Amino acid sequence: MYNYLEYGGSDQPNVPEHDQEKYEQFMARIEAGEKIEPDDWMPEDYRQGLIKLISMHGISEIMGALPEKEWTPKAPTMKRKLGIMAKVQDEMGHGQLLLRVAEDLMKPYGKNRENIMEDLLSGDLKFHNVFHMPTKTWADAGMVGWLVDGAAIISQTNMLDASYGPYQRALQRICQEEVFHAQHGEAIIMALAEGTEYQREILQESLNRWWPALLMFFGPSSADTTGTSKQDTMIKYRIRKSSNEELRQAFLDKYLPRVFSLGLTVPDETVHYDEEQEKWVYEQPDWNEFKQIIKNKGPRSKERLRLREVAYENNRWVREALSPEAIGQ
Amino acid sequence: MTKVTSAQEAMNDDVYLKALTDLLYQLADDDFLISFRGSEWLGLAPHIEEDVAFSSITQNTMGHALMYYRLLEDLSEGEADALAHERDPSSRRNAVYFEKKNGEGEYLTEPYYDWALAVVRNFLYESFKKVKLEALTKSSYTPLANIAGKVLMEQPYHLSHWKIWFKQLNNSTDEAKTKLQSRLEEAWQQFGDVLELGEYATELEHFDIISGEDDLKERFIQEVESTVKDIRDISFGKAFGSGREGDHTPDLDQALNTLAEVYRSDEKAVW
Ligand SMILES: [Fe+2]
Ligand SMILES: [Fe+2]
Repeated sequence: MYNYLEYGGSDQPNVPEHDQEKYEQFMARIEAGEKIEPDDWMPEDYRQGLIKLISMHGISEIMGALPEKEWTPKAPTMKRKLGIMAKVQDEMGHGQLLLRVAEDLMKPYGKNRENIMEDLLSGDLKFHNVFHMPTKTWADAGMVGWLVDGAAIISQTNMLDASYGPYQRALQRICQEEVFHAQHGEAIIMALAEGTEYQREILQESLNRWWPALLMFFGPSSADTTGTSKQDTMIKYRIRKSSNEELRQAFLDKYLPRVFSLGLTVPDETVHYDEEQEKWVYEQPDWNEFKQIIKNKGPRSKERLRLREVAYENNRWVREALSPEAIGQ
Repeated sequence: MTKVTSAQEAMNDDVYLKALTDLLYQLADDDFLISFRGSEWLGLAPHIEEDVAFSSITQNTMGHALMYYRLLEDLSEGEADALAHERDPSSRRNAVYFEKKNGEGEYLTEPYYDWALAVVRNFLYESFKKVKLEALTKSSYTPLANIAGKVLMEQPYHLSHWKIWFKQLNNSTDEAKTKLQSRLEEAWQQFGDVLELGEYATELEHFDIISGEDDLKERFIQEVESTVKDIRDISFGKAFGSGREGDHTPDLDQALNTLAEVYRSDEKAVW
């Protein structure tokens, strides 16, 4: 999923002169639709951009499991308990898959997964804005599956042809599973929408709360909004195809009609489709708040990170017991 | 012993029905509580690969609980979800050790869960479950024998997963060994009712619904012996009574309040 505004920096590739030829060959390859493999030559900003993108994507899958996990033991039926457990397991699996891809890219720097986890806990590595938000009712478990995964499908399918082979292949598998996630979420939402007054109430309340975070999901339209944006670099390097705003429009196109047909509303009276401009017009979310959220100053940032930290510290003795030195002793 | 091939037939004999029903609650509640505790671990396992594997075992286990609740549904005990979510603590038949919390803290805040407890409990649980399932494949109640046969197919994977963990940690650092050993000692103090069959133990054996307690215990010891050498010297205590007869701890209340929170929030709702 996952946008790029944290990365900053200029758009000019930082290529030493003697590598200019390699750089041109590299660009020719990706422009011809070829895939780059881990041992191939690649420009430094390509590698670093990918490391940031993929480790953020991977860690967001893992942090993204936490909001739903809050409702997993509480899911209201056996079937829902099984469904949400399977879904959370998939997300952890996505995290695993992606962190392996990131680890490969990090090898030249002598870094590994341990460093990724430490960067997360120190705040150097960001995770996606939606996963800083609280969950309050069972409806949130449905909302995450339906609209957060729905948004993820839109941004991930946009990268299905990414120029970096290992990432592109991981995304193929992830996107297949995401389809089931969206169905799982939609089934929870349908049951609530067709349910009792209480169920419809928690559903609408949940959507109201998630709406700004869903708009923020795709990141700001341009660098003007938050100062930096790397979306153009990622498009140039053929990682993604569309801009943040194009993705957001695709999301609104797909989901707003469904939202309305369920009798739900969004907390934005101005939202409408402009026939002339052929796009959805909506009230901008508070992008300053967005900046705060991804700096780990969101409503649940501290608690979610704390959960990871406790798990990490608490299992230190297990990691030590599994280390090669311990097993060989 | 003649076979009982359907719920209808089982319901013809009152004593048979009572004994069978009680055993099915034991089976269902054991699997349900173990898988509930597993679901609390989600996202907190020592590494991501383990999280994925543990979760898949937990889902299988909860699936098994559901199969047993459905057998109870067939015996007119009520709807599976109601049986899982509505029954009060005193009617639960899981062994007390399986309701025990995963460690200090709660899954939502400061979960200081203990991986040594997870490894010891799940290893013992899967060992015991294997023995019980093998006995159940010969059950006079054929719907149960059929399910036991199916569940048994997943058992080698579950058991070996936890056995490997146990052996690895037990052959590693002193800290790991100490942690495992102290969790083992704790287990033995509470394990007595795991190996019991409850109020209808005699009838269950008499009707060949499952083999007797002594036989199950001996087979359990044989199963675990290769991993836990001194198991023959152990006496199994019942520090918190017998869950098979409705004794339970506050840990079960915490489990039920959590797992039924949404279910109870609107009694008319279909979820
Ligand atoms: Fe995912
Ligand atoms: Fe997903």
